[in-house]
Amino acid sequence: MARLEHNNIQLDSEGRLRHFLTIEGLGRDLLTRILDTAESFAALPGRPVKKVPALRGRVITNLFFETSTRTRTTFELAAKRLSADVLNFNVSTSATAKGETLLDTLRNIEAMHSEMFIVRHSQSGAAHFIARHAAPGVSVINAGDGRHAHPTQAMLDMFTIRRHKGDFAPLRVAIVGDILHSRVARSQILALNTLGVTEVRVIGPRTLIPTEARALGVHIFHDLDEGLRDVDVVIMLRLQKERMDGALLPSEEEYFRLYGLTNERLENAKPDAIVMHPGPINRGVEMDSEVADGPRSVILRQVSYGIAVRMAVMSLCIQTHAEVPA
Amino acid sequence: MNISIVNGRLIDPANGRDEPLDLHIHGQQIVAIGSPPEGFEPHETIDATGQIVCPGLVDIAASLRDPGSGAKGDIDSETRAAARGGITTIVCTPDTDPVVDTPAVIELIHRTARKLRRTRVLTAAALTRGLDGEQLANMAALQAAGAVALSNGARPLANTLVERRALEYATTFGMTVMLRPEDRHLRAGGCAHEGAVATRLGLPGIPAAAETVAVARDLALAEHTGARVHFHALSAAGSVRQLREACATRLNVSADVAAHQLHLTEMDIEGFDANCHVSPPLRTLADRDALRQAVADGTIAAICSDHQPHEVDAKEAPFPETAPGISGLETLLALTLRLVDEGVLPLSEALARVTCGPADLLGLPQGRFEVGGSADVCIFDPRAHWTLRRDEMYSEGRNTPFEGWEFGGPVTYTLFNGRLVYRRDIAPPD
Repeated sequence: MARLEHNNIQLDSEGRLRHFLTIEGLGRDLLTRILDTAESFAALPGRPVKKVPALRGRVITNLFFETSTRTRTTFELAAKRLSADVLNFNVSTSATAKGETLLDTLRNIEAMHSEMFIVRHSQSGAAHFIARHAAPGVSVINAGDGRHAHPTQAMLDMFTIRRHKGDFAPLRVAIVGDILHSRVARSQILALNTLGVTEVRVIGPRTLIPTEARALGVHIFHDLDEGLRDVDVVIMLRLQKERMDGALLPSEEEYFRLYGLTNERLENAKPDAIVMHPGPINRGVEMDSEVADGPRSVILRQVSYGIAVRMAVMSLCIQTHAEVPA
Repeated sequence: MNISIVNGRLIDPANGRDEPLDLHIHGQQIVAIGSPPEGFEPHETIDATGQIVCPGLVDIAASLRDPGSGAKGDIDSETRAAARGGITTIVCTPDTDPVVDTPAVIELIHRTARKLRRTRVLTAAALTRGLDGEQLANMAALQAAGAVALSNGARPLANTLVERRALEYATTFGMTVMLRPEDRHLRAGGCAHEGAVATRLGLPGIPAAAETVAVARDLALAEHTGARVHFHALSAAGSVRQLREACATRLNVSADVAAHQLHLTEMDIEGFDANCHVSPPLRTLADRDALRQAVADGTIAAICSDHQPHEVDAKEAPFPETAPGISGLETLLALTLRLVDEGVLPLSEALARVTCGPADLLGLPQGRFEVGGSADVCIFDPRAHWTLRRDEMYSEGRNTPFEGWEFGGPVTYTLFNGRLVYRRDIAPPD
């Protein structure tokens, strides 16, 4: 009961999306609606993503407490394609350095009549916190909070998978690497299970798999070849250099030898398996260049789909608020 | 001033009493239990018909934030909260600002509390200077100033040699050392139990091993030094198991548990509820049940409030950045009585865990009714119910996850040293 109540902060009383904080608590219908909406915005072959007037006159604020040029840029592009005005705040370098609290920052920006916050923060739960304190009528979209969630990244991955594989039901998906610290993996696992795939696997050494990973609804493998056997989708995660310092891994070389994806190891997967990566890739650490640039890699397509998916999420949230009487 | 408390059900676990008995008070002392002394004329009679009369509660670990900035509370506000909670003896923790590592700070605390006359405030003084875990505090001087125990607060010693020396030195003066068992390396900057919920929420985890490793280490050092060690705020089933074994080998060790640990679990942090951010963290249902079992069989002899009042801002941030702790003085009795309702242990046993149990651990004379003893009394109404409301709390800290919980047995009267310091129908006093 408590869980439903908490997650419902994302939904209005009609079950429509008010905020987009996590995949948890969202049903298959809603995820499918996001994918369908994204499809309507997506680029047709050889043509750019459509620009639509859906959010004309609206103010969207990128509130980034953690620097990320790539994610911020795709959100900004998505907002502009929806004809919104965009404010960018890089808070890590301005307000908090002067002792301003997160709530102070929020109130100040709200005073600029922003209707949507795109939030990235280094602490898990930050997007929930901001959503709880945001004024009514303001939507919060989580662009990554700590190790918790990165739901738009997960949805663009789902979009990519659907484009290439069609139906989710028969799929086996393997996520390889640093599950412990990955908000992307957590959101992907939730999305894949909600969309009803056959199996989600995580592959990595014990130090990078959470102790209670099974509670996420996955099968755990420590051997890459075994874990890749007969999968339809391989998702490689980025390995942060600092993992070597915390005694989590001995070296990048050993990691690559055990968990790096090569064409040879990819042979274990289905012949038509696709390879994904949220980027940016550490070539020679997570995967060989020949895989990253090879025929099965859909990594660059993920990036372009990201804009359509973020347009979908933004427009669905704003629509929900637009229909609520003031 | 003579006071008679009549027609109540008197429960005094220390003396095995649970029967309809009157209590007669002259000045600061109990002068008779049962019939009044000959010629005794009460100036005031409290009719406790249908109510339970028990010794005032003894809370062996509460942070009163005094001396300090005042933002989180002070002795005035927090003893008011204690009186409302039926608590008449508090052992305050040394993590004040400045730290309780000099006789002057102890005297300041005692003087302030004596002036207020609302509850007895005793001190657990710092084990190491500034709680830095490096240099020993002036333990003999602190003892002479009135410290009833030594503690390093919520900052476990990292250096085992310092811990060994601290235990040995404290033992020279027969002082009890209260340890919060935690290995700070294994804690690794975590903020929630390393389990299914933290995994899903992506919160950095604190494994149960961060506590059990420390308990093992502390037990080994207790055995080696012969020190009188008390574990404060256990949270893990594995700690209980070790404690049970240690007690069986007659090691002079004991433990308490924070009241909230007996009711909440990791599930309660769902939705990033910062009011459930506590240290040690809320763990699994199995851990909670093991703690309950240990309280029921007496392996854990004391339930404490682990009172940590905070200003609003301290909890207004993303979960990992919030300050851990619950403002617990006003729910200590309520949460203890709830264990009785849930069939964990009988009423008089439950009351023992918040009266004579904690008092005996530190060799304090309180927590019992004795003729000639100080008249510290808590009266509560087992037929009535009350709902905790944040804005009705007396503590400066309104940080509680129990907002809106309905509890049985509201405190109706609290007497400290024969003086009425709280009554429910006329609140607040002073």
